[in-house]
Amino acid sequence: MMSNYFYILWIPLLPLITFVILGLFGRKYLAGISGLIGTGSLLTSTLLSFVAAKQYFFVDGKVNGVFQKIVAFKFTWLEFSPGLSIDIGMIVDPISVMMLVVVTSVSLMVHVFSLGYMKGEERYATYFAFLSLFTFSMLGLILSSNIFQVYMFWELVGVSSFLLISYYFNKPSAVAASKKAFIVTRFADLGFLIGILILGYYGGTLDIGLLIERLTTASSTQFISITSASFLGASMLTWGLTLLFMGGAGKSAMFPLHIWLPDAMEGPTPVSALIHAATMVVAGVYLVARMFPVFSMDETALNIVTYVGAASALFAAVIACTQTDIKRVLAYSTMSQIGYMMFALGISKNGGEAGLGYMASMFHLFTHAFFKSLLFLGAGSVIHMLHSNEMRDMGGLRKIMPVTHIAFLIACLAIAGIPPFAGFFSKEEILTAAFHENKIIYGIALFTAALTSFYMFRLYFNIFWSKEAPTSNHAHIENGHNTHDTHDAHDHHGEGPWVMKLPLIILAACAVGVGFIPFSNLVTSDGKALETHIDIVFSIVPVALSVLAILLAASFYKNQNEKSDKVASALGGFYTAAHKKFYVDEVYIFMTKKIIFPFIGQPIAWADRNIVDGFMLLLAKVTLKISELIKGLQSGKVQNYAMYFFGGILALSILFIYIWK
Amino acid sequence: MNLTLLILIPLLTAVMILLVKGLQQIRVVGLIGAVAQLGLAGWLLNSFLNERAAGNNATYLFESNHTWFKALNINYHIGVDGIALAMILLTSLIVVAGILVSWTMDKLSKEYFFLLILLSMGAYGFFISLDLFTLFFFLEVAVIPKFLLIGIWGSGDKTKSAMKLALMLMAGSALVMVGLFGVYYNTNTFDIVKITQLGIPVGVQKFFFPFAFLGFGVFAALFPFHTWVPDGHASAPTAASMFLAGISMKLGGYGCLRIAALMPDAAHTYSWIIILLATIAIIYGAFATMMQTDLKYINAYSSISHCGFVILGIGMLNKTSINGAVIQMVSHGLMTALFFAAIGMIYSRTHTRMVAQLGGLLKAMPFISTVFVIAGLCSLGLPGFSGFVAEMTVFMGSWQNPNSAYRLATILSGASIVVTAVYILRATGRAIMGPISAEHALLKDATWNEKLAAVLLIAGILVIGLAPFLINHLIMPSTDVIMLQMGKVNLLN
Repeated sequence: MMSNYFYILWIPLLPLITFVILGLFGRKYLAGISGLIGTGSLLTSTLLSFVAAKQYFFVDGKVNGVFQKIVAFKFTWLEFSPGLSIDIGMIVDPISVMMLVVVTSVSLMVHVFSLGYMKGEERYATYFAFLSLFTFSMLGLILSSNIFQVYMFWELVGVSSFLLISYYFNKPSAVAASKKAFIVTRFADLGFLIGILILGYYGGTLDIGLLIERLTTASSTQFISITSASFLGASMLTWGLTLLFMGGAGKSAMFPLHIWLPDAMEGPTPVSALIHAATMVVAGVYLVARMFPVFSMDETALNIVTYVGAASALFAAVIACTQTDIKRVLAYSTMSQIGYMMFALGISKNGGEAGLGYMASMFHLFTHAFFKSLLFLGAGSVIHMLHSNEMRDMGGLRKIMPVTHIAFLIACLAIAGIPPFAGFFSKEEILTAAFHENKIIYGIALFTAALTSFYMFRLYFNIFWSKEAPTSNHAHIENGHNTHDTHDAHDHHGEGPWVMKLPLIILAACAVGVGFIPFSNLVTSDGKALETHIDIVFSIVPVALSVLAILLAASFYKNQNEKSDKVASALGGFYTAAHKKFYVDEVYIFMTKKIIFPFIGQPIAWADRNIVDGFMLLLAKVTLKISELIKGLQSGKVQNYAMYFFGGILALSILFIYIWK
Repeated sequence: MNLTLLILIPLLTAVMILLVKGLQQIRVVGLIGAVAQLGLAGWLLNSFLNERAAGNNATYLFESNHTWFKALNINYHIGVDGIALAMILLTSLIVVAGILVSWTMDKLSKEYFFLLILLSMGAYGFFISLDLFTLFFFLEVAVIPKFLLIGIWGSGDKTKSAMKLALMLMAGSALVMVGLFGVYYNTNTFDIVKITQLGIPVGVQKFFFPFAFLGFGVFAALFPFHTWVPDGHASAPTAASMFLAGISMKLGGYGCLRIAALMPDAAHTYSWIIILLATIAIIYGAFATMMQTDLKYINAYSSISHCGFVILGIGMLNKTSINGAVIQMVSHGLMTALFFAAIGMIYSRTHTRMVAQLGGLLKAMPFISTVFVIAGLCSLGLPGFSGFVAEMTVFMGSWQNPNSAYRLATILSGASIVVTAVYILRATGRAIMGPISAEHALLKDATWNEKLAAVLLIAGILVIGLAPFLINHLIMPSTDVIMLQMGKVNLLN
């Protein structure tokens, strides 16, 4: 039974092997075919994922109506002490199999798209090597059976995203963005690490399955000890889970740890489609889902998840309405949608009907992956042609880029939650869950949904309608935000090669189709099928709001007019604040540049040179003076001084010993 | 096998170096000698594992004991356990890498290679000694070459740096000596095995432990006795920096560990001070690193922070944390040697180590830049590299101590990994990435010897980072013995 799934090992292993091969030999020997090698290996991984999903969901994953958690493979990698060890293992359960499909499919689409997008780049092989490394890390993360294993792959995901964001390494803004992404998530990971230490210490194990078993049994000694120990009024369970969530919030760009995500758009656009849409940014949601049974034992931790998620969803949606860089709009939109997934988990219970939120969250994660990566790739397609990220440089592209236009429109409809597109189904489930559990959250969710429709169609109309299309197909905007390293190397006419269109078409088909997957039968909090149905009466309000928001966006942006500017100036300070992203970045910059550097770093560096070292020098000088006084020697030879010093201590020590005796 | 070979081969190499003429001959002899050391260390590892597999559970293997000074009861007593063996392997790897990066050292090359080999001999002797006096003797053998290496071949204010280093290490030695003599006068022996069996009276331990521990602490860059580290490393020539950080500082950490094992009661009594100093070193070192602008100073200050983890692991006095301390010693040795090697390669081409004057090196020298980034990633504890394994083991061990002050120390030390990320990425982002200047764009990438040196060290880092169970398997039985001794002695008193 267990070895049935051993072949899953190849799914992460193939990208790893590809990374090693391309990393070592790519630039020299495989420069031309590295893209094909990467894509080919990932295609194999994707097919294997589909095989695994078919086998798990439809053949033998279910025993007595319940999907099983299967550990397909495990060995001890580093033993700390008996019981506590990092095991490298693979867990096969509904969410990991679902994620396998998501990550490999999106990654494959991004690989194919990149074949066209990155063509002619100097570091073409390196790009595909890093892409493989990232895919490997992400796959390792989702298959982890040990919480420390999660942390390891978590860090690897972080560093591969660093490498990808800083792909255009000679561009200072890209380097700054990659540093910011890594450092902010590193800070969050500190919380994750301490959370692991806490859970591991009280749970007596780092194995996820065992940890969940021990910490969800109210009578177990581990559960009693972790809930009875407390610090600052909160139990250690709350602390452990909250710190774990802090790590998740960092990777998933939840407020206030989100500041790295918009800047991370400096990377090549296909990279954003992979990392910042479907994979790394949902790692936090996945982590909470993975540990959900334990989270469900602690009301406080779940509340934190809920309110951080809801606040992020709203906050990001407001900012998204004011941004003009199309990738940044998408970045804030991602943050907002992930907030959705987070609060859906937060309001959920473990098991049964009340576990709707969990299922809805996973469903939204699934559908979002497709339409959001489509949006990013569509944006990539536009940027590839215009060499600019700015809305003002765009307009009227619907005729020049018909495929991109239709695909982008489908994705916008999906994210806006218009039936029958995928986003509608998952969003409805989230709204239903919120409606039943928490009316405040429901209100926030509804408002956010309307904002989402507005800013997405603001984006859509600005890119594809608004102005007349540029007369010349290759109107290069020289002063815009250039994403391309060597943009003179490739002049493009129209939409680019078929390798760039094909992924758009496939993903658009997914954005239409994946909503119809009977998700509630497959992925639920307790592995049992959940009865769900779309309630038409319930759906009227959210859908109507979305449609209204779309109409509003159309009236503002379909043709160039001054309505939006009027509204913006009517909002006054609030608009400016939102446009400036509510000054969160400024707070961070203040903290680092004005507090940590001048008040911690510099004083320490100064004190080290002048006080600590100064004291040592003083000691040496005093010794020197004394030896001068006593011996009257001024040979100036350090060796001599050292010897006297040495001899003196020796004499003193012998003296000490005898006195002491 | 005969452990004395570890001393004889370097000795023979050193003599040969004095006999041959010309840089070409000297460096070839040096390299052959270094490779012989590496081979010997590998053979030792193999024999050690075979003996263990055959069921030989003695604490120290390959022991031999000869009287040296009968009157003072000083013996040439040698033997190795897993921990000593790990340090020997580390040393031999760094020696080969160090010789390779010194390939074009044409200033007084004979003396240079002679001193490097002499230093390695002192280190081997130190690690195999089971007699405190012999141990001390080899410690001194390893100190003197450092003074000369910096003073003659160094850069910047080398005379001052060399003096500072020599004086502080001498002072450290003096403290060690006081501690060791104190033990001797109370037990009438220098023999580590005998002392462990007999135990040292608690009062004696409490009086002499601080001397010996702090003395070794000076070598291991324990706060506030670390100030020789930045200047010493910055002024030293590349190979000497590698030896200094990769080998010399490990003499201190290893010494601290042995002292804690010999005087467990005192170690328990003073553990809070040790932990306090270690935590300060970790945080303080990290923040001080953040403000540095010279690559060598960055690495030197970060060494203070990283070596703090060694002391922290020892101070926590449990099996996991001590395991972590040992892994950290090996890991830091490899990583920091790699870092200094990369910095040396950059400096020899650009003639500057100031971060602000560098930029975009990845474009001109992809190999060296990749090496630099790998060293950096290891330093910031990325999984897959040795730093992660070492630091996580220390954290895991430290956390097992339920005392909330110790927990706080663990959390604060953990916070240093964030600061580490800041300084590593700042240096990398500035020097390796970003735009490159026109004059640097034409520089050449690494030569074969530099590549080989880097590959060797990276291989070491990866072996620990990818398969930590191997090093764990080597050192864990020895830490078990140490824990057992600590427990036993506690019961006796």
